[in-house]
Amino acid sequence: MAGLVLRASGIERRFGGVAALAGVDLVGEGGEVVALLGANGAGKTTLLRVLGLLLRPSAGRLELFGSEVASLAVRGRIGFVGHESWCYPDLTAAENLAFHARLHGVADARARIGELLAWAGLDGVAGRRVRAFSRGMGQRLALARGLLHRPELLLLDEPFSGLDQDGVLALQNLLASLRVAGHAVVFTTHDLERAAPIATRLAILHRGRVAWTHDGAASHTVVASAYASVTTGRA
Amino acid sequence: MRGALTILAKDLRIEWRTRESVSSAFVLGLLLVLVLTLAHDAPPEAAPALVPAVLWASFVLTGLLAVQRVFLVERENDCFAGLLAAPIDPAAIYLGKAAANVVLLAVVQAIVVPLAALFLHVDLVPALPGLVPVLVLGNLGFAALATLFAAIASRTRAREVMLPLLLLPLLVPLLIGAVHATDAVLAGRFADAVAGIRVLVAFDVVFGVAGWLLFEYVVRD
Amino acid sequence: MRRLLPAATCAAMLAALWLVFMVVPTERVMGVVQRIFYFHVASAWMAFIGFFLVAGASAVYLWNGSMTADRLAVASAEVGVLFCSLVLVTGPIWARPIWGVWWTWDPRLTMTVILWAIYASYMLLRAFGGDDDAVRRYAAVLGIVGVLDVPIIMVSVRLLRGMHPAVIARNEGGSGLTDPSMRAALGVSALALVLLGAWLIALRVRTERLGDELAALRREVEA
Repeated sequence: MAGLVLRASGIERRFGGVAALAGVDLVGEGGEVVALLGANGAGKTTLLRVLGLLLRPSAGRLELFGSEVASLAVRGRIGFVGHESWCYPDLTAAENLAFHARLHGVADARARIGELLAWAGLDGVAGRRVRAFSRGMGQRLALARGLLHRPELLLLDEPFSGLDQDGVLALQNLLASLRVAGHAVVFTTHDLERAAPIATRLAILHRGRVAWTHDGAASHTVVASAYASVTTGRA
Repeated sequence: MRGALTILAKDLRIEWRTRESVSSAFVLGLLLVLVLTLAHDAPPEAAPALVPAVLWASFVLTGLLAVQRVFLVERENDCFAGLLAAPIDPAAIYLGKAAANVVLLAVVQAIVVPLAALFLHVDLVPALPGLVPVLVLGNLGFAALATLFAAIASRTRAREVMLPLLLLPLLVPLLIGAVHATDAVLAGRFADAVAGIRVLVAFDVVFGVAGWLLFEYVVRD
Repeated sequence: MRRLLPAATCAAMLAALWLVFMVVPTERVMGVVQRIFYFHVASAWMAFIGFFLVAGASAVYLWNGSMTADRLAVASAEVGVLFCSLVLVTGPIWARPIWGVWWTWDPRLTMTVILWAIYASYMLLRAFGGDDDAVRRYAAVLGIVGVLDVPIIMVSVRLLRGMHPAVIARNEGGSGLTDPSMRAALGVSALALVLLGAWLIALRVRTERLGDELAALRREVEA
């Protein structure tokens, strides 16, 4: 194992008094792909934003790369792909990637951008403005953007949404290769079918808490019955 | 510094491509100078005395529109989160955004100042050595404070009305200092402009530092 | 403290009224209307205290996120605006018979009305910004920036004199008070209004806290 990348204990986050996270405990190591499952409103996105240092927890401890401080160096080791692409509609795909590469101080930016555009299947439209992109193309671009600086911790929020079959396969292959290379990945999904084959660990989030975890591969029926017992048992 | 320059370059590139701020600022600036001049309907010999007031009032009102754009650009596709997630200091984001605002406001001034002079019969050329520093100082102070509050306003519910409500009362000393100094400079009394310029410098320094230090509290959720 | 403050306020207020209306001699030039001065100036002082409390509490809130500091900031802003409004109402009542106009762009008046506008916008921000934690931070930033603006406004309004001459240049300060009982009346009035302000702020902090507690209880019941 490549060492502990993230350790969250007792993470809470309230919005105007309403608790979105009510004490989440989660650890992630290098070489792990953690899938966060859960219904709408279970707190998946909030948790991911807290782990990505985009939201400060209201309570609890968050340790990333062995540090409790949200320093700039720590930010530079995290890659985040959310619901939105973080790409400017009036810049081209290549310009957007170049902008984020410069923000992250990527050394071999040009080569890296070319490599990722090719991976995302966007090399043909690199010079086109993002405004003209379809939902799926935007999602591919967002993934390329999140990978630019070779993050050691990759956080993905519903990464499969909007992707076609090729895109899903490419992403699954990518996650597998990241796992082998010792990177840590945490992604959210409500889609058991796509999460199960690539995740090394499954966690079900329910009402702002991790209600169930499972190490290693799990069959659909196991996950489905756990899911059912979590949602009905505690509802 | 790298972050600030990157953000500035990106904002200018988007503006160059869409020309959204500049074109709307051009028309609004023109209209405001026109309306304020017509509303006074001054006789030709009294008209030059109106230049400082018309100039700064149109600048501030047009500028409010221009500075708002700088954060609205970041709203689409949640781009601002991309800046916050990057390994750059929030102060660098502030600096980049303020610099972009300085450029936009300079464009606004380049529109409003000659128009005000033209409509109100003032020859600007002899006053330029004194006028340019006053314009620059007014621009910097406006940008310093407006960048901080545009970030706040863009994140509140009542976005569009919030910025003028928050910003205008705070800007009053800048306005008084700038009008006073411009008045003196246009009358050729350069020594009398010093008091106004002093106010402008104090405003620029205080709110430049305050914006730099406080921006983090505005943007880190 | 909760018992003492109202009692002290009432006592000081009665003493101030007695001094202002029964003891102090009528000012020779301005006549009876000058008696409003004691409340006018004392209100201005309390308004200033309120605005500086906003800044102090805001800084503490940004520093450690203390909810008490945030409630103190809201309360002080509201009470500051209240007393600032009193200044702006009593000012013209006094000015009209003396200066012949309701309003003049005298530096002090200008400054008061600008400060009123800054903290009125503070209250609007709190009211319309949404009820997120973020709005508390925005308000704290405004509270700090507002006080930083005060010295700059003070210097800038002095420039106005040249452009808008005051109708009558008059020194409102203590040097105009000839009779020692006038100075005593001003002191007691100031004490009375500061106590009143403190009492109002304390009440307002309490209602804010109770409101938050109520909201928390309601959520618990609903959950």
